[in-house]
Amino acid sequence: MFLKLFQALRFSGVPVTIREYLDMLTGLEKGICNNNSIDEFYHFSKMSLIKDEKYFDRFDKVFENFYELNKEFYKEIKSKIPKDWIENQLNKIFTDEMKNKISNDKNWEEVLKQFQKILEEQKKKHQGGNKWLGTGGTSMFGNSGYNPKGIRVGGASKNKSAIKVWEKREFENLDDKVSLNTRNIQVVLKRLRKFARQSSELEFDLDKTISHTSKNAGILDIKYRPERTNKVRVLLFIDIGGSMDEHAKICEEVFSAANNEFKSLDFFYFHNCIYESVWKDNRRRSNNLTDINEIIRIYKKNTKVIIIGDALMSPYEVVYPGGSIEHWNEQSGSYWIKKIVSYFDKAIWLNPENIDNWNYSQSTKILKELVNHLMFELNIAGIESGMKELAK
Amino acid sequence: MKKSFSSTKNYIASNQLIEAVNAGVLLEKPLLVKGEPGTGKTMLAEEVANTFNTELISWHIKSTTKAQQGLYEYDAVSRLRDSQLGNKKVNNIKNYIKKGVLWKAFTAEKRPVLLIDEIDKADIEFPNDLLQELDKMEFFVYETNEVIVAKQRPIILITSNNEKDLPDAFLRRCFFHYISFPDEKTLAEIVKVHHPNIKKNLLNYALNSFLEIRETPGLKKKPSTSELIDWLKLLVADDLNLEDLTTKNKHSLLPPLYGALLKNEADVELFQKIAFMARREN
Repeated sequence: MFLKLFQALRFSGVPVTIREYLDMLTGLEKGICNNNSIDEFYHFSKMSLIKDEKYFDRFDKVFENFYELNKEFYKEIKSKIPKDWIENQLNKIFTDEMKNKISNDKNWEEVLKQFQKILEEQKKKHQGGNKWLGTGGTSMFGNSGYNPKGIRVGGASKNKSAIKVWEKREFENLDDKVSLNTRNIQVVLKRLRKFARQSSELEFDLDKTISHTSKNAGILDIKYRPERTNKVRVLLFIDIGGSMDEHAKICEEVFSAANNEFKSLDFFYFHNCIYESVWKDNRRRSNNLTDINEIIRIYKKNTKVIIIGDALMSPYEVVYPGGSIEHWNEQSGSYWIKKIVSYFDKAIWLNPENIDNWNYSQSTKILKELVNHLMFELNIAGIESGMKELAK
Repeated sequence: MKKSFSSTKNYIASNQLIEAVNAGVLLEKPLLVKGEPGTGKTMLAEEVANTFNTELISWHIKSTTKAQQGLYEYDAVSRLRDSQLGNKKVNNIKNYIKKGVLWKAFTAEKRPVLLIDEIDKADIEFPNDLLQELDKMEFFVYETNEVIVAKQRPIILITSNNEKDLPDAFLRRCFFHYISFPDEKTLAEIVKVHHPNIKKNLLNYALNSFLEIRETPGLKKKPSTSELIDWLKLLVADDLNLEDLTTKNKHSLLPPLYGALLKNEADVELFQKIAFMARREN
């Protein structure tokens, strides 16, 4: 029965494994959810199957489906509704007149059967409202049907409709396709690590110590070596201003994550397209420009180049000399981008625009070709594939 | 020994958290607790240890922590030195094996609570190095050729501030609970636990200001529960009464002693701006 939940989760892309599923079953066997509460089951299954809050929302959605569709599951829960509870509730729902009638001509089993039938019917009308109980939804069978939370709440205060916890979807915006933060960018950037030992000497070097000690005729001579550190060099070009303003936040996040992750990171700004020079300080850009030729001279070929920009501009700005909207450029933007891409071993472009729109923009298509199609969307998944490319 | 964990007089836990802890205890699986900083993740371990009346063994992880350090460390250098000095100690290798936290937890008399605090601080591979130990609850000491087997599985709580993603293989072995930020009612309860004698109007004022700050869009660092508690401590220590707070506040848009809540100049500025706009609208 729970296998369906498991399969649905896997199908929706939540990474659950058999081990976790078995753990959940063990937990159920040991009586974790012995209060017959669907809420408890919801919490327990979530906690044993889901290991990252970014999947909570997807889990909630799957769980909702599972709950709505799985008839067997209902039966299971239903059969667990304790008899005395039903009695208790019947007392509240049936009027005295009805009760009299019941006691006169029906036996208890029949009443229960009828009651279950009503519940069934009520369940089907779940979304619509409380046919059986009229307006107001005062019953514990209201919104939540067999949800024992509903039952619990219903017991205490009849007018509260029971909202299923998973319907609240508290973790909506934590899904990795929706939000980014510097931390998970950093994790993605970690892919781009190249270790080298170059810093202060902190680590005990056994091999060297042994050889030096023996050379020293057995008198101990301890040697240390530097710890491994990330030696990758990154050069970042960031498009600034104009249509990039709406992407400022994510660029800022990527930038700060990259800044934290890479010890040797250098960055330059450009506007719309890269021409013969770029700058480091947006306020002093008029007199503090760095030539691309200069950059090519200073930086080694194995520096990883990341260009961040929306690539949205008129195609002229890329392909024609003098196409820049800000100054007269002797060489076209495409010339300079080609130059960068061909000099450095690895260069990628990260584009904050939605990937679906790329094909509608002429300039995006041109630039994508210029960077050898290594253009990725600026989100976690995109950065990750970009980093894989750079690390190759 | 109590059988299950519940909210204590020092610690307010949500039902889900209680359920999570108890499931972890019952099924003998590590419980990974994530959440915003300052939502009481570390305190949870103390409270669990108190509830079960057992020892709390904490392992605070730093960026340089290695998994091996949690098992044991063999101090080869000092042994080498001792051998050169002719120290008798040197004959027994056990003298140079230092027990780590896991060793201590495995051999404790009574089922202890083992807290692995801020596991995300360590290197990204760190959790992977602990898989076997957490799974089998045993490890091998090469130097002495002995296997250390856990007498009983300790109650393991692991906290993470989400600075790094943890490896899947590790996650698979844990239960997971995300402590979400408490709602206003729970906040009030938490404050009561820490400041039982606080005046009601001061509490209301503080909670409102606090939530107002938290809801300010675009804050770089939202204040956390523990910062609220600290701020209240300051307010109470200064013995400010509500009139003081509100009259003082007329001149300034910021709540008094705001430094306890807003820890970033950009945030202070932003909040001031938004508060100013809100006031003008009123």
